[in-house]
Amino acid sequence: MSFRQPSVLPGFGLTFGFTTFFLSAIVLLPLAALALAAASLHWSDFVHVVLSPRALGSYRLSFGASFLAAAINLVFGLIIAWTLVRYEFPGRGLIDALIDMPFALPTAVSGIALTTVFAHNGWIGRYLEPWGVKVAYTWLGVTLALTLISMPFAVRAVQPALLEVQRDLEEAAETLGAGRIYVFRRIILPAVLPALLTGFTLAFARALGEYGSVIFIAGNLPMKTEITPLLIVIHLEEFDYQGAAALGVVMLGISFVVLLAINLLQAWGRRRHVRAAH
Amino acid sequence: MAAALPSALAGDATRPGQRTWLHSLVRWLFIAVSLTFLAAVLLAPLATVFVMALARGLQAYLHSFADPDTAAAVRLTLTTALAVVPINTLFGLAAAWAIAKFEFPGKSILITLIDLPLAISPVISGMVFVLLFGLHGWFGVWLREHDLSIIFALPGIMLATMFVTFPYVARELIPLMQQLGNDEEEAAITLGAGGWMTFFHVTLPKIRWGLLYGVVLCNARAMGEFGAVSVVSGHIRGLTNTMPLHIEILYNEYNFVGAFAVASLLTLLAALTLVVKTLVERTGYRRR
Repeated sequence: MSFRQPSVLPGFGLTFGFTTFFLSAIVLLPLAALALAAASLHWSDFVHVVLSPRALGSYRLSFGASFLAAAINLVFGLIIAWTLVRYEFPGRGLIDALIDMPFALPTAVSGIALTTVFAHNGWIGRYLEPWGVKVAYTWLGVTLALTLISMPFAVRAVQPALLEVQRDLEEAAETLGAGRIYVFRRIILPAVLPALLTGFTLAFARALGEYGSVIFIAGNLPMKTEITPLLIVIHLEEFDYQGAAALGVVMLGISFVVLLAINLLQAWGRRRHVRAAH
Repeated sequence: MAAALPSALAGDATRPGQRTWLHSLVRWLFIAVSLTFLAAVLLAPLATVFVMALARGLQAYLHSFADPDTAAAVRLTLTTALAVVPINTLFGLAAAWAIAKFEFPGKSILITLIDLPLAISPVISGMVFVLLFGLHGWFGVWLREHDLSIIFALPGIMLATMFVTFPYVARELIPLMQQLGNDEEEAAITLGAGGWMTFFHVTLPKIRWGLLYGVVLCNARAMGEFGAVSVVSGHIRGLTNTMPLHIEILYNEYNFVGAFAVASLLTLLAALTLVVKTLVERTGYRRR
């Protein structure tokens, strides 16, 4: 009776040992330090920090802007994925490759570039200014930055699901007289719904923790344009480690809930997929 | 025309295979909306990086790299990546071998734990090391007594970068190696090859493209990490400023040519990463 199933291949002890040791040293121990630091805070102090008006203001912005960004990506992610999967046009391959750009681009670069484009004298900002729309240094700017950095997650979640929609089903429906909107609502949407929601949640999770791109475009006014990760940094700079740890634990807890939601959504998608195949 | 319900009357207009004016209208509408969205949110910022960097001409652009602080930032970023990427590559290979080649209980938990840094805000990734090694951290007093510094110094920057880029190589290799199976490795071992020989002559050639992409992606993230490094670096000019942190300082000093010049290097690195990704996908290997 051994821990692993028998195999003729060597190297399990070495690689498994190295993996678990390194994982514990670099990831698990530091995270345990975070939990301990927050736990060393008295319960009432903990509540005082995480429910302070400034913290509540930062949650409102972080959650609101992340939700909005994920919703924008839900719509545009579907449109872009649809365009890339269904239509041939010059430059499609290039656009498809560029979708991953926000993933590879350092967030500081996205931050200063977006701020420049959407500032009141920027390429796009100058056309919005006369309409009274201010993007840079407002919550709109925060939403925009979060939309950019979470966009690949939404598009890449939907793309494979759209590829798998059975074209012959659509054609059969159309032959029987269904309109395009009806086909979309009854055949395409049900098939891609789990992927759409997974993409939404992935984008939301990514946006929630984002720091680099947002701080350039946000203006960072307490209660107004201050995101929760920035508030953590401010606590750290004031050497209030416990306060920072308390906020960190709240964010970490929320991330776990979101991760759980992603796993449930993906399991749901797989179940639907299996059912549809039979 | 676009009947919301199936009706006999709509049959003519929507017969499959027929290109109606409505179909091509919708098609061009979708392409236009997609391209407009991407142009505003993605292409305009990318173009801005280079336009701003070259705003005062090529001479000023090249001159900005002569600044000793900028040169120090480039050196620090290269040093960090040079230390972090090989270690994380080694880890990724070991993790993928253990997970893809063997069956053991708790495997899915192990995979989830390896992915954990991806789900954590970069600010928290940096903060955990401040809590451990900072002045008021767990080991803060001990480190000061022994005259060692981790936070606001190179080791802290390396640790934070290692944490953030921890999963990338492993994430590429685990599904790839699982998909490729064990048959050839088992044949090699049965025929008398040693473990290392099997790895270098059988496994490595099979996974080299996936490994290449994992390493390149890990490198791009290591060089571009901002939040986690920002928390542990202390922002000491010429000493603990990596390239992304130096961009912030130059930008806040209104030295836009300098800031965007450094940004242009990182943008080119990101573009190179995407080129490698596209080439790797051309070899037939696709990510999940």
